[in-house]
Amino acid sequence: MRAVIGRVSVYGVLLIALVPVLFPVYYVFAGTFMAPRELATFPPQLVPTSLGLDSVRKVFDAVPLMRMYGNSVVMAGVITLAQLLTSALAAYAFVFLRFRFSAVVFALFLSTLMVPAEAIFIPNYLTISGWGLHNSYLGLVLPFFAYAFGTFLLRQSFKQFPTELRDAARVDGMGHLRFMWTVLLPLNKPALSAVGVYVFISSWNMYFWPLIMTRTTEMQTLQIGLNSLKNAESANPGLWLAGAALSVLPTLALVIFGQRFIVRGLTAGAVK
Amino acid sequence: MSWLCQRSALCHRKKYFPYQGVLLRELVTSPSVPKLQRVSTSTASGARTAAPDSAAPGADRPDRPPPRPPLRPPAHRGETFLAWVFLAPSVVVFALFLLYPLGRTVHLSLHGNDIIGRPSRFVGLSHFEEMFSAEFGSVLLTTALFTLGVVIPGVVGALAVVLLLESKIRAQRFFRTAFALPFAFSVASASVIFAVFYNPASGVLNGILHQLGLGPVQWLTSQETALLSICLTTVWMNLGYGVLVLAAGVGSIPREVNEAALLDGATGPRRAWHITVPLLGPQLFFLIVISTINALQGFGQIHILTQGGPVGSTTTLVYSIYQHAFAYGTSDFGRASAQALVLLLMVLLCTAIQFGVIERKVHYS
Repeated sequence: MRAVIGRVSVYGVLLIALVPVLFPVYYVFAGTFMAPRELATFPPQLVPTSLGLDSVRKVFDAVPLMRMYGNSVVMAGVITLAQLLTSALAAYAFVFLRFRFSAVVFALFLSTLMVPAEAIFIPNYLTISGWGLHNSYLGLVLPFFAYAFGTFLLRQSFKQFPTELRDAARVDGMGHLRFMWTVLLPLNKPALSAVGVYVFISSWNMYFWPLIMTRTTEMQTLQIGLNSLKNAESANPGLWLAGAALSVLPTLALVIFGQRFIVRGLTAGAVK
Repeated sequence: MSWLCQRSALCHRKKYFPYQGVLLRELVTSPSVPKLQRVSTSTASGARTAAPDSAAPGADRPDRPPPRPPLRPPAHRGETFLAWVFLAPSVVVFALFLLYPLGRTVHLSLHGNDIIGRPSRFVGLSHFEEMFSAEFGSVLLTTALFTLGVVIPGVVGALAVVLLLESKIRAQRFFRTAFALPFAFSVASASVIFAVFYNPASGVLNGILHQLGLGPVQWLTSQETALLSICLTTVWMNLGYGVLVLAAGVGSIPREVNEAALLDGATGPRRAWHITVPLLGPQLFFLIVISTINALQGFGQIHILTQGGPVGSTTTLVYSIYQHAFAYGTSDFGRASAQALVLLLMVLLCTAIQFGVIERKVHYS
């Protein structure tokens, strides 16, 4: 009897705790469908009376949302590809090439993780502006072309690569670059995708750098666009919610459907 | 993730230990590191490392062979050259956008500047001396309050959720994903949603207060509640991450430990408190440090919700840096850089504490 009560109370507590956690998730979509008058009632209305798409339509008039979506995709995509490339090359050097001070260099690589971007943004802002790249795609992505976390994770993955395969490739006269491109990288897809997903989500959600790096709404990323939307349509919270709902769809899909995929990415790397 | 340990020199060579902290910190950042526990226990007790991997069925590979001897004398000339070619892209980026900025921040902090931020005369440490003022004191106090108000509820909340999830319940995966959902929200989207909640005339929060017979609260525009509102938004936003990190930690607790506890009659809250929580130590500690570092860098929610106001009551260190650098219509890069160095120092201090504690845990736990 006591066990039953205990179990029921666990479910009860969990469900009660779920309400405040999930309510914002629910409300961003519910509010998107509500008419302005429904959002302005007090006490607030929690369920939309009709599935109106007015807010969604108006968002596209208020700010160049598609363009911002594109900017975010380009920024996050380019950063992800660039980081995968620089990390893979560096990790290859650390694992397969012998050179003096390899351990020291790797330690220095890791120590770069300790410096918060918010502490060094002024010189970076000056550098990028000095190159005439303020308010440009290159300015948005350049400082993030390398990140030691990717190098670290790929190094872990490369280290497990079977010696026999590497030796066989070498006996066959395969050079380093070809070996990396045709053998090593295809066999390390799980680690590469784990790094890729991680980098993509964090650059998709980036706020500080895109804020100071963009001047025109046409160059803003989605995250900065949400702030512009809030300022431009300060009387229309329905538009903010519609913008937020649209902006969160890709990452929401990744967390719901990709959670397992990310886990598999890392553990599959462990099996090889 | 046992392969990390077995293969990685990080666990076996003493000289690498200072970087173990980075290893842990960065690894847990990805929500899927079920074997993290092993990193901290493998050197401490060989028996536990040898325990079968119960949580990840795919991970039961044969034991790794011992490290292979080098095939050739180290530092082959051609390889050294090629290695630096491969490292060059990363090194160039780090040098340009990390190392050089560090030096230039120090330089800027020691100089005055004109109205568009160009450094002028050398002012020595006067930017730092100015920090002993009531104004900067309140910035530091706000930063501290914000950090505490985010880290404590965030970690306690995530721990409570994970412990409840860990008791044998159905639909565990559904609950875990549900609690992890806020992880998908960027700081901008979360802030925008909460801005709607905080609306004094039509927001949901005042609606609830109204139902309870309480008067409306000016969530974002009164000095008493603005910081609290920012904290609430941040706690919600961070909860998903905390749940993912701690759930990964729970997954790495060996099944035998729980079975032994069950045989000894430890169930429910007792098992949670005496078995799970102590074994979650490394993840909890990691979560506290990361949450602290993240809180010290929290910016978007303040920029969107309060712009540092009202009357500076939500101006944290990062926001103050931003304001000095850009928001006052002038670019006071000198003062902003000096404050940025304070921020850098705080984050480095957190990392150093993390290294120190984790190193001790690795050796003596």
